[in-house]
Amino acid sequence: MKRAVAALPILIALVFGAFFLWGLNPDRDPNAIPSVLITQSAPDFDLPAIEGVDVPGLSRRDLTGSAEPVLVNVFASWCVPCRAEHAVLTRMVERDGVRLFGINYKDKPEDARAWLENLGNPYERIGSDLNGRAGIEWGISGVPETFIVAGDGTVLYRYVGPVVGAEAEEKFATALAQARTWKGGNP
Amino acid sequence: MIPEIGQFALALALGTALVQSVLPMLGAARGNALWMRSARSSSITQLVFIGIAFAALMHAFVVSDFTVANVVENSHSLKPMLYKIAGTWGSHEGSLLLWVLILAAFGAGVALFGSNIPDALKARTLSVQAWISTGFLSFLLLTSNPFERVFPPPFDGNDLNPLLQDVGLAMHPPLLYFGYVGFSIVFSFAVAALIEGRIDAAWARWVRPWTLAAWMSLTAGIALGSWWAYYELGWGGWWFWDPVENVSFMPWLLGTALLHSAIVTEKRDAFKSWTILLAILTFSLSLLGTFIVRSGLLTSVHAFAVDPERGLYILGLLGVSIGGSLTLYAWRAPAMDGGGLFTPVSREAGLLINNLLLATATGTVLFGTLYPLFMEALSGDKVSVGSPFFNATFIPMMLPLVVMMGIGPFLSWKRADLKGVFQRLRFVAVLAGLAGLATWYVARGGPVLAYLSVAIAVWLLIASLREWFVRIRLLDVPLLEAMRRARNLPRAAHGMTLAHAGLAIAMLGFIGSSAWKSEEIVFVQPGSVIKIAGFDARFDGVERVRGPNYIADRGALTISREGEFVTTLYPERRSYPVAQSTTTESAIRSTLAGDLYASLAEPSSETAADQGAWTLRILYEPLVNLIWIGAAMLFLGGGLSLSDRRLRVGAPRRASRSEPVATPAE
Amino acid sequence: MKWISLAAAIMLAALPFTAHAVEPDEILDDPGLEARAREISKDLRCVVCQNQDIDSSNAGVARDLRLLVRERLVAGDTDAEVIEFVRARYGDFVLLKPPFKPGTYALWLAPAVLFLFGAGTAIVVLRNNRKRLVAAKLSDEDERMVAEILATEKGDKS
Repeated sequence: MKRAVAALPILIALVFGAFFLWGLNPDRDPNAIPSVLITQSAPDFDLPAIEGVDVPGLSRRDLTGSAEPVLVNVFASWCVPCRAEHAVLTRMVERDGVRLFGINYKDKPEDARAWLENLGNPYERIGSDLNGRAGIEWGISGVPETFIVAGDGTVLYRYVGPVVGAEAEEKFATALAQARTWKGGNP
Repeated sequence: MIPEIGQFALALALGTALVQSVLPMLGAARGNALWMRSARSSSITQLVFIGIAFAALMHAFVVSDFTVANVVENSHSLKPMLYKIAGTWGSHEGSLLLWVLILAAFGAGVALFGSNIPDALKARTLSVQAWISTGFLSFLLLTSNPFERVFPPPFDGNDLNPLLQDVGLAMHPPLLYFGYVGFSIVFSFAVAALIEGRIDAAWARWVRPWTLAAWMSLTAGIALGSWWAYYELGWGGWWFWDPVENVSFMPWLLGTALLHSAIVTEKRDAFKSWTILLAILTFSLSLLGTFIVRSGLLTSVHAFAVDPERGLYILGLLGVSIGGSLTLYAWRAPAMDGGGLFTPVSREAGLLINNLLLATATGTVLFGTLYPLFMEALSGDKVSVGSPFFNATFIPMMLPLVVMMGIGPFLSWKRADLKGVFQRLRFVAVLAGLAGLATWYVARGGPVLAYLSVAIAVWLLIASLREWFVRIRLLDVPLLEAMRRARNLPRAAHGMTLAHAGLAIAMLGFIGSSAWKSEEIVFVQPGSVIKIAGFDARFDGVERVRGPNYIADRGALTISREGEFVTTLYPERRSYPVAQSTTTESAIRSTLAGDLYASLAEPSSETAADQGAWTLRILYEPLVNLIWIGAAMLFLGGGLSLSDRRLRVGAPRRASRSEPVATPAE
Repeated sequence: MKWISLAAAIMLAALPFTAHAVEPDEILDDPGLEARAREISKDLRCVVCQNQDIDSSNAGVARDLRLLVRERLVAGDTDAEVIEFVRARYGDFVLLKPPFKPGTYALWLAPAVLFLFGAGTAIVVLRNNRKRLVAAKLSDEDERMVAEILATEKGDKS
């Protein structure tokens, strides 16, 4: 009995140590927050178009109906990494024929317009989220964020931060390929 | 050249530590006095070498030597001299150097002042201390060299994070580390005792001054840190239950338990294996803190630049030191038995409850801090454990502890007369209840828990004073006689009264500033008047001022009460162009009754900004200064205890029969 | 270390919104509702910050959430409903006070379990002590003598 009690501290310390070792895995990101939306239906939202931009606004309805999964990208002209990501998204649309929708997050319409004129507009539809409320519905923590949504409106994947650089693009491409084979149920 | 000397000195220190790890230990095993005594000179040599390295790094900061990478990353030529010096420990590498410096200082301290400690125990203790030293010096040299050069040297440095450019925070790490790392020597004593397989009252007495010194510094370090958070972060909070705060708080909690349990071991030769365990665990928690802050394991507001590889190295060090010592404990502790007997109503039992509550509280904080990691590992889910959890679990454990603190000192060793104690405390309880009611009468509002807490804090305060009165027999005997008694009372007794009363005072500060704080957040334009807590604050506008390495917008607030001018507050919003960040410098009018606290910011709403308005946040925090006054009393109480003649190093010798029972209850 | 740069990118993205925790224009006219909003805000974690509640955070998303909390309160939600609204979008992660559910039973029960374990150990210690005390019971006469001897010893010392 006494021996067992005396051995208790070392046993607890070992268990703690095992958790620490696990926690040091370099692939683990202690700041990452999993989205609650994954495998859930996309949130309900209805956003008007950006004033002066010739693509229409965006609502939940627009995401559904196609056989292929679509991308929803949250961006803003004030967001520096978005600029780098813009080229990647444009390439995905032009080369891979991905359908891309945008949520313009808390941006001044004139700034967004200038940004799109300057860089080009790869988005099929863009909703203007002036007060950031749709952003909350999607549970975003910053911009940019990109979601992959299945044809039936189920959110399959979320990428936080810019999809820029070989590693990120590959990760995203893999997720997109998986989404294409998704037939309902758990991805 | 000088940085190379520093690096070379570190390498020499490592060499010395290696020798010290082995030679004295072997000497103690073989009875070779010469080898044992080598610990003395090698401890001092180690301190000198690390001191040289530390001085070399400080020199690089003082002269802004931008060929040293560390200086480039954490300093700037325009930075005020105080923060250049403080920059020495502002980075991961520099603070680690400070860490090993303090480690060596405690080793050398025992070598120099521990003349009463038997040679074998001292040799073993210093060897164990050198093991820790070896681990951390090699970590420093292999993964975190503070003297790394850059070529070509940049024109100027990147500056230190402006939030950290502050007097309070410049002094915070040295004090905190002195406490944190100071527990290393207690750990070394414990491991040495386990190796010897012998622990008795004398051991506890030798260890006590070192525990006290470490505990005092940790108290001061934590208090300073919370004070800094209070005035620098701009929203008037002083404790956030952030993981990094928690990891400095846990060694303090357990160290407090250790201080008390060591008294039982010292006076009554009981609780021996428990005291040893506490000694090991307290330092283990310090190590855990070092690990968490530097590994990026948990997210926190004030972690260092994180690096999982460094984390792995420290985890290895943790594994060896904590794992090794606890294994040794599991093997040797069951043999440690016996000691003085006591009844369920006695000083010993009181301290047992004290330790039970402190240890449970420590365990709760530890578990809560690490739970997000556990959860993520087991299920992949992320949870947050924040202040609501800690407040809900920690406070209910602390309140009974504080109640016990009022009773404990009245209990005599072995067997106490509970009825007599209650008789003495009856009127204290009445006063405490009245204090709670009076607070309710004055404040009207705020949570019930606050009134209960006020009553409990007052209970502790009066009970502590009452116990002191009883001891000097104030009111029973003529005043002069009472004063003579007070003089003759051991300093440790005064220390206990002061520290306990200090906690009561601090507690009143905690309660006052959290339960009855008032706050106004408004847009202001020159001429606006805000009313808060009976004061009128008139905003007189903002002017641009220039500091050495920053530009600030300084607001002026004229404070008056009932038409009478009170003071002018100048809250600032500083922007540091080099470090590319801004800080809020709040302006505070401090009084014992409470602080008037103002901070300023640019409004985020554009319409307000266009009208030239500012966001003014003005707070009234009742009694908040009692927190730091109480902390100072805790510190001084520890200091009084430390200066006790009986504790002074050199006083006690190991008795053949160690039973200093006759010492009066204290 | 890729996630460090990512974190930096996110922080950069959040920068344009730096403000100052709760702003005057957010505050509700009804002091009762405002007080509730402040309390709720203290229990919600800012998702882009590290261990900060939205009440004291100056990040843009935190401000949005503060406004949302107030909007829901004005619309007549109870405190629990507001918290549930945010939880449904951001997950348990945003709750600084973790919910009591199977995954957190261990967390919430830990303090009590620790205390009971400690108390149990303490009781065992006290029991053993009593046993030994009875076994080693000195007669009152002996005890008086010991005390006397110790007292004189102490007198010699000082």
